[in-house]
Amino acid sequence: MSRIKRFFRTYFLTELLGGLRLTWAHLWKRKVTVQYPEERTPQSPRFRGLHALRRYPNGEERCIACKLCEAVCPAAAITIEAGPREDDGSRRTTRYEIDMFKCIYCGFCEESCPVDSIVETRIFDYHFEKRGDNILTKEQLLAIGDRYEAMIAEDKAADAPYR
Amino acid sequence: MIDLLLNTLFIVLKIALILLPLILAVAYTTYAERKLIGYMQLRIGPNRVGPKGWLQPIADVVKLLMKEVIIPSGANKVLFLLAPILFIAPSFAAWAVVPFDAELVLANTDVGLLYILAMTSIGVYGVIIAGWASNSKYALLGSLRSASQIVSYEIAMGFALVAVLMASGSMNLGEIVEAQSGGFWTWFFIPLLPILVVYWISGVAETNRAPFDVPEGESEIVAGFHVEYAGMAFALFFLAEYANMILISVLTALFFFGGWLNPFQGIPYLEAVTDWIPGTLWLLLKAAFFLFGMIWLRATFPRYRYDQIMRLGWKVFIPVTVIWLIVLALMIKGGVGPWFSGRGGF
Amino acid sequence: MNVEQIVFYFFAALTIIAAIGVITVKNAVQAVLCLVLTFFSAAVLWMLLEAEFLAITLILVYVGAVMVLFLFVVMMLDVDYAALKQGFTRYLPLGLFTALALFAVIYWVVRSKYFGSDVIPEPAKHGAEYSNVKELGRLLYTEYFYAFEIAGVILLVAIVAAISLTFRGRRERRGQSVPGQHKVSKEDRLRVIKMDAEKAPSDELEQTADQNDEQQRGNS
Repeated sequence: MSRIKRFFRTYFLTELLGGLRLTWAHLWKRKVTVQYPEERTPQSPRFRGLHALRRYPNGEERCIACKLCEAVCPAAAITIEAGPREDDGSRRTTRYEIDMFKCIYCGFCEESCPVDSIVETRIFDYHFEKRGDNILTKEQLLAIGDRYEAMIAEDKAADAPYR
Repeated sequence: MIDLLLNTLFIVLKIALILLPLILAVAYTTYAERKLIGYMQLRIGPNRVGPKGWLQPIADVVKLLMKEVIIPSGANKVLFLLAPILFIAPSFAAWAVVPFDAELVLANTDVGLLYILAMTSIGVYGVIIAGWASNSKYALLGSLRSASQIVSYEIAMGFALVAVLMASGSMNLGEIVEAQSGGFWTWFFIPLLPILVVYWISGVAETNRAPFDVPEGESEIVAGFHVEYAGMAFALFFLAEYANMILISVLTALFFFGGWLNPFQGIPYLEAVTDWIPGTLWLLLKAAFFLFGMIWLRATFPRYRYDQIMRLGWKVFIPVTVIWLIVLALMIKGGVGPWFSGRGGF
Repeated sequence: MNVEQIVFYFFAALTIIAAIGVITVKNAVQAVLCLVLTFFSAAVLWMLLEAEFLAITLILVYVGAVMVLFLFVVMMLDVDYAALKQGFTRYLPLGLFTALALFAVIYWVVRSKYFGSDVIPEPAKHGAEYSNVKELGRLLYTEYFYAFEIAGVILLVAIVAAISLTFRGRRERRGQSVPGQHKVSKEDRLRVIKMDAEKAPSDELEQTADQNDEQQRGNS
């Protein structure tokens, strides 16, 4: 009996028809595509995207040029040069650059920072328009920090209880 | 002289009336394919250009038109540019004998069936020359695969057409359809069921469509014979492939599903109700069904391995068609109705 | 000149040019393509004679099948053109002599005395109702039935002969056995082994597996 059954299963291509039935059923199922620019998937506050340098509420930049992030960076994407600032002589970075092509978004810089200066934001859709744009300078990083400070602060607050 | 000129102009106009809708149909077949395969994979497919993505094919055409045709170094320039033309010309020329309605045919010839076979078989030159002229290993491999595949399935397809020829007693496509008239139960798909399966699957293989798309096989040989082509030269290959798909679908409808005939012919009430539907619409509906089938196959099955393709063509399809030819001959001689009644007798 | 004549002279010229191309073009692939063009334009000439069945069969068989295989082979060849050219002048007289002799023989058979336009009447023009295919089929299957069948048998013998000449005996291959694959069922290939996952150091585990195996075999 089973041999006859198998004969029919083989010669009437039942398994191929089963495959066709599956795709037919999927044709009518609800689609799961996210319409990206209009719809977005939820993100974790720990998402590691574009970098930013933060400031204190009084406008003073947080970074003290300790170079821990430069040391810990596994991709050697961060370059820091330090020196005394002209007006008050405090130790600050004269150059803080991240090569976004080298960066692997591991988040070690953020972890290592003693003053919560360098952070990774939730922004993941950014682009460069010409060669060289991939190296973010200190001014650019600070500008990003200024612009998204609200979001960064919120994420840090949400993550704080778990740290 | 002026008569001749007018006559020529009239013919050219008729050709344009076939080809322009065909090209439009090709464009929207690509759209339908992307949408349907998307839906079958739980995606939504193109939906950005125009309302619901309806202008996507137009955008694709514009993109392809603007792109540069790159001729690889070491390529045979003349043959490289000739190949897409050689590929697309037969696939368009084959439409000359396709009847869209009882009187609606460009060339009502008695060798229509042979002509179609001849046109589909010389399309392979475009593929071979493209592969050879590209001066590329992948292209050559793809064209060799394609050539052997098309030549192999040509035989099964030819045998299947012999069965159609026997059943209808004519090589004129119009007469083949007329021989099936009398309602959907008198169409040839019932007595020729195995032949229909063989013909259609060979058609899928002839057009190098998935699951028989080893000549393109992007996971093995990049894009096969057209790997070096870009821009409009590539677009011609693309156009020809989809024109061939539509041709195979239309031919399947003509040979086995009564072409332009109303399926409810002979049913008292239904025939009167559906009488207003033009024959061309019936033909297009039937063809659209098979076109959908091709896309459905592509969305469902993985690619065949090369030796399996050859085995299927030579060791399965050809014996099946030969055996069914004998069965069919007996059916015709026995006057099995309603298809062959009146033709029996020894 | 009417249209038919223009078409005739155009394709006749094309046939001759392409035929000359076949023997003059250096590249073998291009020569094959020239031959394809020759066949094609010859088919058009036949079409002008209202022999549409033969014309399309010429395209179908020669252009669509035979020449594809030719092209296939030629594409794979690695021809050394310099070596081919060697000895061209040496063999030229012999070649010329053979060509002339062949031409003379052919001319002797196919000269205007036998095939001139005054000897052979112009083929009769037929109406739209006349079907070349039907006529040909009727002749082949009535008057020339035996010749036709014998030709078919000769071709079959040729196929068998070609295969038996090249067949060098069954080779040991590791091919795929499709009927065998069809016969295999899930039970032949897959064995479900049930055992406790958490306890059992490695030796105990094997024991349990063996026991389960035996149980499975006993069941089936």
